[in-house]
Amino acid sequence: MWNLSFCIGSSAAGARTYTATASQGLLYMMEAVYNASGLGLPIVMTLGNRAIGAPINIWNDHSDAMSVRDAGWIQLFVESNQQAVDVHNQAFKLAEALSLPVMVNMDGFILTHAITRVDLPEQELVDQFLPSFVPRQKLDTHSPLSIGAMVGPDAFTEVRYLAHHKQKEALTIIEQQAEEFAQMFGRDSGGLVKSYFTEDADIVFVAMGSVVGTLQDLINDLRSEGYSVGILSLRSFRPFPANAICNVLKNVKQVIVFEKSFAVGMGGILASEIHMATQRYADIQDMKISSVIGGLGGRTITKKSLRKIVEHAKNGQLDSEVFMDLEGSTVVRELKRQQHEQTSGPVAENILRDMGVVSASKTH
Amino acid sequence: MTETEMSAQLISQQQTVKFYQTGTFTVGNRLLDKEFRTVQATQERSNSIDSGHRACQGCGQALGARYALDTAMRVTGDKIIAANATGCLEVFTTPYPETAWSIPWLHSLFGNVASVAAGISASLKAKGDNETRVIAQGGDGGTTDIGFACLSGLFDRNDDVLYICYDNGGYMNTGVQRSSATPGGARTSTTMPVGEHPGSSFNTGKYLPGIAMAHEIPYVATASVHDLHDLERKVEKAMSFRGARYLQINVPCPLGWGSEPSQTIKLARMGVESGLVPLFEAEYGELTNSTKIRYQIPVEDYLKSQRRFAHVLKPANVEQLETIRTLAEKNIRRYHLL
Repeated sequence: MWNLSFCIGSSAAGARTYTATASQGLLYMMEAVYNASGLGLPIVMTLGNRAIGAPINIWNDHSDAMSVRDAGWIQLFVESNQQAVDVHNQAFKLAEALSLPVMVNMDGFILTHAITRVDLPEQELVDQFLPSFVPRQKLDTHSPLSIGAMVGPDAFTEVRYLAHHKQKEALTIIEQQAEEFAQMFGRDSGGLVKSYFTEDADIVFVAMGSVVGTLQDLINDLRSEGYSVGILSLRSFRPFPANAICNVLKNVKQVIVFEKSFAVGMGGILASEIHMATQRYADIQDMKISSVIGGLGGRTITKKSLRKIVEHAKNGQLDSEVFMDLEGSTVVRELKRQQHEQTSGPVAENILRDMGVVSASKTH
Repeated sequence: MTETEMSAQLISQQQTVKFYQTGTFTVGNRLLDKEFRTVQATQERSNSIDSGHRACQGCGQALGARYALDTAMRVTGDKIIAANATGCLEVFTTPYPETAWSIPWLHSLFGNVASVAAGISASLKAKGDNETRVIAQGGDGGTTDIGFACLSGLFDRNDDVLYICYDNGGYMNTGVQRSSATPGGARTSTTMPVGEHPGSSFNTGKYLPGIAMAHEIPYVATASVHDLHDLERKVEKAMSFRGARYLQINVPCPLGWGSEPSQTIKLARMGVESGLVPLFEAEYGELTNSTKIRYQIPVEDYLKSQRRFAHVLKPANVEQLETIRTLAEKNIRRYHLL
């Protein structure tokens, strides 16, 4: 809470402002997350994506990022540490151009705790790419402003619409900045979407973050075996680049949306949004969209499991909703227990005991 | 002799025009030499909160905020940035599309004003601005309840911020709910005067000036809107320190207290003279000055002009009255008020 609130004060007083958080920390500052975007403060924040409890779990998934998907921040995803370096440079430029906060999402542990060689851009070039900060609004004793005034029904709709409009503007700026960055630094980082082998693909994965690397590796294998598979990597989640997505997916027969979080009681969030985009923005028919949810709470995403998904898809056997590597027998056992025993106890404990993680002596 | 008494004596010694004491240390400004007049009495005051805002009649907070900020503006040569918690002050000064603030002002959330102010302070420091100073403001709800964690962090880090709490003893803006600064026995919409223990319970809640002192921050003070000279002096003193400072101002609320708008100043004074609102100063955790009670009054006199305490004065609740008396006596002992 105080972390981002501190940044709100700092940014409003005209300093270039950055912070980082993850998981429960993000939820603790939730009120300030909405406030920073509502006030239009160009704060850049790294989110080391992690799961949200209970059960408490510190490992990687995208539950935290998805919990703020409607908070008015620009949300970018990176696939690698090099992209993280590059996209942060772009994030400041983007935030300051729009006077909106930008969240750079990088997978917790997988990227945040990886030791890897990165190319740090030269300071001179960065200064050239990212001009000094000229705030759109600033607390200044020479020119006093009231920031954060109350707005009632008379203007609230307009203020909210403008926030939406700014996000749409970002669609263009993100592409321009990625191009400018590529020209100056010679690296492809950022942008709205990135496609690999999608032109002629029958099956296309849609994914965000570091899993794109795993998928690329898999696809290199599969391509050599004659599979026609590609990947669409979503690098900007907010704004949601519906048109760019549809341009890539328009001729694809089977889309597999792989995501590391889901809306409990509804299903895959990204899958729903991809579905919405293909219908509302492009009226694409005859496309099968499957939602695959995996890597929750840091569960390892293996090429083997992903390969199975592709094989099922190729044989037309992939369900519309799949929880990858779900231990079905454990789930069934707990469901039965709950059915027979009113006092069956905490779910997490029971499942850990079934899996042999907790000592069997505690069995009641 | 206390600092308050010394400054009063200093005024009377150097004063060329004789004036009558009005029963307290308050003196009519017009009777004072110019250099002893309050900031509020001068035409050069900054009007940090300008006229036209939408506070209730007799609002103690509107007075307290104007007094404190105008003083801080004069002390710093008009170099003040203010951050505000959600609450009455925020709502009545900035209904869209109006603002009553003539100083740079930021409102973020109910519970984070201490951190927002600390962020502003850090921003100024980062840019090498040593002149501009930062004031955080909140009501007692935003300070003692919702913003407590952020405020404790401000004290802990000793960020260069003066935090002013306008204490009216409840969430008056949202319909007079109890806060952890609501006095024992007081009726609020969530502590109705019914049942075995009518009104807000005793021995609960938090006394933030004491908590601030426990953090051993450079300066802690309490003030009241009835004593403008004392209030302004404390703001000035607060601004002479760097680091975290806490000022709590006693601001009667006609709406929440069930009092006459015309009685705000009198009530503020009676709270102090009854011993229920101790005025003191502390530096680095140690008490350095107490404002002595000049004419002690019975707590009943203070309670009887407020509807929130009406039930306390009924014979059936004599125990409550006794408890309130005990609280006043404890304050008098603890802060050496007599």
